[in-house]
Amino acid sequence: MMMQAYLIQSINLFASALLLLSFAMLSQRRILTLIHLFTLQGAALVAATVVVAYVTDQHHLYYSAAITLVTKVFVIPLLLHRLIDRLNIKWDVETLINIPTTMLIGILLVVFAFNLALPIVKLSSSIAHSTLGIALACVLLSFMMMITRAKAVPQVIGFLSMENGLFFAATAATYGMPMVVEFGIAFDVLVGVFILGVFMFQIREQFDSLDIRHLEKLKDD
Amino acid sequence: MEYLLLVLVIPLLGGLVLALCGHRDYAPEVNVGVSLCTLVAAGLLTSHIIDGGPILVLDRQFLVDPLNVFLIALTALVGFTTSVFSRPYMRVERDRGKMSPKRMRLYHSMYQMFIFTMLVALSTNNLGILWVAMEAATLTTVLLVSVYRTAASLEAAWKYFILCGVGIAQALLGTILLYLAADKVIGAGGGALLWTNLDAVKTMLEPNVMALAFVFLLLGYGTKVGLVPVHNWLPDAHAEGPTPISAVLSGLLLNVALYAVLRCKMLADGALQNQLPGRLMIGFGLLSVVAAVFFLARQKDVKRMFAYSSIEHMGLMTFAFGLGGPVANFAGLLHMTVHSLIKSAIFFAVGHATQKAGTQLMANIRGVLKLSPTVGWGMLLGTLAILGMPPFGVFASEFLIITTAMRYLPWATPLLLVALGVAFAVIFVRVQEMVFGDSELKPLEHSPALLPVFVHLGLGLMLGLYIPPYLVGWYQQAATMIGG
Repeated sequence: MMMQAYLIQSINLFASALLLLSFAMLSQRRILTLIHLFTLQGAALVAATVVVAYVTDQHHLYYSAAITLVTKVFVIPLLLHRLIDRLNIKWDVETLINIPTTMLIGILLVVFAFNLALPIVKLSSSIAHSTLGIALACVLLSFMMMITRAKAVPQVIGFLSMENGLFFAATAATYGMPMVVEFGIAFDVLVGVFILGVFMFQIREQFDSLDIRHLEKLKDD
Repeated sequence: MEYLLLVLVIPLLGGLVLALCGHRDYAPEVNVGVSLCTLVAAGLLTSHIIDGGPILVLDRQFLVDPLNVFLIALTALVGFTTSVFSRPYMRVERDRGKMSPKRMRLYHSMYQMFIFTMLVALSTNNLGILWVAMEAATLTTVLLVSVYRTAASLEAAWKYFILCGVGIAQALLGTILLYLAADKVIGAGGGALLWTNLDAVKTMLEPNVMALAFVFLLLGYGTKVGLVPVHNWLPDAHAEGPTPISAVLSGLLLNVALYAVLRCKMLADGALQNQLPGRLMIGFGLLSVVAAVFFLARQKDVKRMFAYSSIEHMGLMTFAFGLGGPVANFAGLLHMTVHSLIKSAIFFAVGHATQKAGTQLMANIRGVLKLSPTVGWGMLLGTLAILGMPPFGVFASEFLIITTAMRYLPWATPLLLVALGVAFAVIFVRVQEMVFGDSELKPLEHSPALLPVFVHLGLGLMLGLYIPPYLVGWYQQAATMIGG
C-alpha cells in the first residue's frame, strides 16, 4: 500500500517534470539545448507511462511507452541532431523577445488548463487523473511556443512537444488509446518529422535562411 | 466486404507501383488506370450496399452506411476524372521544366496515396483511425502542394503543414476526450472508439466532456474543412500546388473533413440533447460564408479566388448541417455532391486557361473563349453553376438551404443572400473578363482533357433537374441518420 502511494506520487513527479520542461523549452534560445530538453521531455513521458502501466497493470501501456521511447527519445532526437548538423545551425541562438512576458502568459495558460480539466478530472477514474490539467497545460504551452518562434526547427519541436502533451493526456485520462491508433499516430508523427526535415533543406535552398518570417509572402491581395 | 477491400487496396497498390515507375512516360496512363479500377470497385461496393444495406466488416473496424457510401463513390469518381485531367496537364508542366522525373514520380505516387487515405478516412468505423487517416491525408497533400519546389509553394506547404498540424492535434485531443467519455459507458475491451458502439450509447455519454470534445473536434477537423477563422492555409495551398491537386483538395478533401465533423456531431447531439453542436456549426458556417466573400472580392489570382469560393461553400454546408432536420441535411448532402463536381470542373478549366496564359493573375488572362471555345465555355458554365444559377444542382441545394434558414433562422437569411449576391457579382465579372476578349496565345503542346469538365457539369446539371430516385432515397436515409 505504501509502495502504491509512492508510485502514484512518482507519477505526479514525472508529470511536473513534463510541465517544467515545457516552460524551459518556451524560454530556451539555443537550438541544441532545445533538442536536449525535448528528449528529456520524451523520457519523462516514458517514465510516467511505465509507472502508470505498472500500478494499474495495463499491459498495453508498456507497448505505448516503448513506442514513445523509440520515437520520441531515440529516433526523432537523432533525426533532429543530424538535421541541425547538416544545416550547420547547431550553435544557433534565436533572439526571443520578452521572455518574462512569455512566461507570465504561460502561467496564465496553466491556470486556464487546470480549470478546463476540472470537469474531465471529475469523470475520469484513472489513478493519474489529477495530472490531466498538467497534460492540457503542456499542450497549450507548446502551442504558444509554436506561435512565438520565428525559426523552423524550434517551431517543429513545439509541434512535437504538443504531441507529447497529447500522449500524456491520453495516458492520464484513459490509460492510453487503443494500440492500433497509437501505432498510427506514432507513424504519422515520424513521417511528418521526416517530411519537415526534407522541407527545411528546401526552404534553406530557396531563402538562404530558416527564418519563418521569409514565409510570409503569400498575401490576400 | 471484398469490394470494400478492393476500394482500399487498389489505390494503395497503385501508390506503391507508381512510387517505382511514376517517372516513366506511361505513368500518367497507369495513374488513370488505377483510378478507373478504384472507381469500378467503388461502383460495385455502392450497388452492393444499395442491395444489401450497410456493412460492418473487418472486426468492426470498417463501416459502410448510407452516409459514407455516396462520399466513397464521389471520391472515386472525382479521383478518376482528375487523373484524366492531370494526364495532359502534368505533361505540359513537365515539358516546361517545372517538373523533373523524380518529382513526377512523387506526384503520381502521392496522388494515389492521397486517394487511399481519404477512402480509409471515409470508410473506417474507428474514430482513432479516422484521425490517423486525416493526418496521413495532410502529409500526402503537403508533399503534393510543394511539388514545384518554388519559394511560394514551399511557403504554402509549410503553412499548410503547421496550421493543419495544430488543427489536427486539437482533433486528437477531442478524440481522447471522446474516448474518455465512452470508456466510462462501454468499458474496457477496446470498442470505445468504434463509431457504431458510440452511436448505440450516445445518450449515456457524459454531456460536459462531450461538449468539450465536440468543440475540439469541430475546431480541429474544421481547420481542414477551411472554416473561418482557421482557414488561412487553404487559399495558399490551392493557389500554389498543381491544379489537379487544387481540384481534389476542393472537391474531395474538404468534404472528407466535413464528413468527420458530421460523424462527431451525430454523437455530440445524442449526448448533449441540446442545440449546442448545431449552434456552433451555424456560427462557424455563417462566419465562413460572409468572411470568404470579403476576401474573395480582393483576389487577383484566379485559383485563390476559387479557393475562397470553396470556403464560402463549405461554410454554407456547415451552416446547413448545423440547422439539422431532414430538409437542411438533405440540402447539405446535395450541396456536398454538386459543389465537389462543379468546383473540380472549374479547376480543370481554369487549369487549362492558366497553363495557356502562363500566369494565374486574372488581369493577364484574356480571351479564353477565342483561344479554346471548350475551355472558355467550361469556365463560364462552371462559374454560372457554382454561383447558383438554375438549372444547375447548386441552385437546388442553395434554395433548400435558404428556405429552411428562413423558416428556422430568419435573421441569417439576408446575410446569406447578400453574401451569395456579392460572390455572384465579383466572380461573374472577373470570369467574364477572362473568357471574352482577344488573345494571341498559341495552343498547348498536349491537347487538354476536357471530357472531365463536361462530365462534371453534366452531372451537376442533372442533379439540378432530376435526382434519380435511388439517390433521393440515399440522401434521405443519410439525412435522417444525421438528424439534429
